[in-house]
Amino acid sequence: MALIEAEGVHVRFGDRVVLEQIDLSVPEGELHGIMGPNGAGKTTFFNVLTGRVRPSRGRVRLDGEDVARLSPHAIAKKGVARSFQIMTLFDEFTARENVMVALPSFRARGFDARRAVANDATFAREADEVLASVGLIEKRAVTAKQLPYGERRALEIAVALAQRPRVLCLDEPTSGLGSDGTQRLAELIGRLKGNVTIVAVEHDMSFLFSLSDRISVIQWGQVVARGTPRELQENEWVKRSNLGRFA
Amino acid sequence: MPARPDAGRLVTPAMIGLWLVLASVPLWIGKVGLYPYIGVEILIWSIYALAFNLVLGTAGLPSFGHGAYFGVGAYAFGLAQFHLAYNLWICLGVALMTAGLAGLIVGLFISHRRGIYFAFLTIAFGQIFWTIAIKAYGITGGEDGLLRIARPPADLGIVAFDLRDNVALYYFVLALFVVVVVALWRLVHSPYGRVLSAIRQSETRAAHLGYPVWLYKLSVFVLSSALSGLAGGLFAMAQLSAFPDVMSLNQSGLIVMMTLIGGGLVSFWGPVVGVVVFLAARDLIGAVTNAWMLYFGLLFMALVLFRPEGIAGMVKSVLERRALRAQGGAALRLLFRSG
Repeated sequence: MALIEAEGVHVRFGDRVVLEQIDLSVPEGELHGIMGPNGAGKTTFFNVLTGRVRPSRGRVRLDGEDVARLSPHAIAKKGVARSFQIMTLFDEFTARENVMVALPSFRARGFDARRAVANDATFAREADEVLASVGLIEKRAVTAKQLPYGERRALEIAVALAQRPRVLCLDEPTSGLGSDGTQRLAELIGRLKGNVTIVAVEHDMSFLFSLSDRISVIQWGQVVARGTPRELQENEWVKRSNLGRFA
Repeated sequence: MPARPDAGRLVTPAMIGLWLVLASVPLWIGKVGLYPYIGVEILIWSIYALAFNLVLGTAGLPSFGHGAYFGVGAYAFGLAQFHLAYNLWICLGVALMTAGLAGLIVGLFISHRRGIYFAFLTIAFGQIFWTIAIKAYGITGGEDGLLRIARPPADLGIVAFDLRDNVALYYFVLALFVVVVVALWRLVHSPYGRVLSAIRQSETRAAHLGYPVWLYKLSVFVLSSALSGLAGGLFAMAQLSAFPDVMSLNQSGLIVMMTLIGGGLVSFWGPVVGVVVFLAARDLIGAVTNAWMLYFGLLFMALVLFRPEGIAGMVKSVLERRALRAQGGAALRLLFRSG
């Protein structure tokens, strides 16, 4: 059974139809890439998956449960984590604090006003483990706003990983990264592959084709092609479009 | 701001130092040409400003009608005394809970809003409370306010303290100030406080981490309103009356000014600094000219334009620069010694 499944998702903003009909099914452990031209509706679809946008019709199921009308925090609690195309970190917090507040154990004590965070070494230890996994342990005491761009991207992923997600949604994770940064990110995602279900929207075709198990192509608010990277390279639609040039 | 090194302490050296200074105030305040009552005012407004900063500085919620909760607390204190019981603890408890209830009612309407919409709604609700205070003559005394509010003794069971004297009242309010400071210091450094700070930085990110943002906004608004009500109750006790003026937009603006001038956005102590500067300016500049508010307004504008982090922020950056210079000097000395 699919872990995350979209069925007939339609989104309309006033007169404008942004998503016509999206059907997508991602089994547990798969890395599913989503590609398409600018304005195709990829980020809107991501916003539907994570509860930021409610679909006008259609369903989104997480492990069989319809979550299409739940709020972002309720969906996050069910194990869906996301990164943002425009980075959204807690800039005044250190890297460690950014990760710490994302931990489920911290969230469980979110209304606790009696104990000081500084007196609980468990949070710091858990956060440092996550930071180590993305190569940021040396930067744990640096505030997010002082980190260079590539490290901020890595911190975004660390924050998402700290949530112990079942589904990790990455919205253009290589955006703004140089070739070295992209390479490091590809290695990191490669290590995560199989342990967590990943849905990634990405413009960097070589990045997406090298990592994805399957890819869906969104155009005009619907899925116009779908398959493994090899199948898509042979797809006539992809070949005819600019998207096929880099694959 | 990242967590401070002393964030884990319940009581810090800075707190002890401040309390000792405050405890000594009645001994010397008369000798510098001031009077003990200004000390009472400073402490009450400091409680109010710390409570307000929980909303503005910690959670980043622009509440511009907070005078309403201070005023509700003041009226509740008087009405409880007239109609319920002549008991200090009951009256203060009623002030705290009534203001918290008012905050809950307003919070339910505004906790799903953010930014300018949140700010305007707080102003609108503030004006509603102010209008009620003026129009409900039979309950609030209208524009005349509630007069003849008394200062009940602080009865601790085995001993009772008469608070009719301003110095006794000063020490009573100081004791409450100590409790509020310790509780709020712990709160802002607790998981709850860190989540509020996270919400201030990005509501969107906090929601996607699984935090019900509206519930945190509602809870902190209620808490801040309740503490503002406590300060209002103390104010009514100090003034021996409660007037609608404390609920006006003008008065709500004052607490914003005090908090920002002091540096509430970057420092826990900022609101207290702002209150001291404001009330000292009122009495010292006010002794020279009636237009003291003009000069204070100019100071406010200058700070917003050039040092938006306020006085506490300025002090903080000077100390940080000095520490950096000291570190640089130590590094140079090490370099020359090893060379």
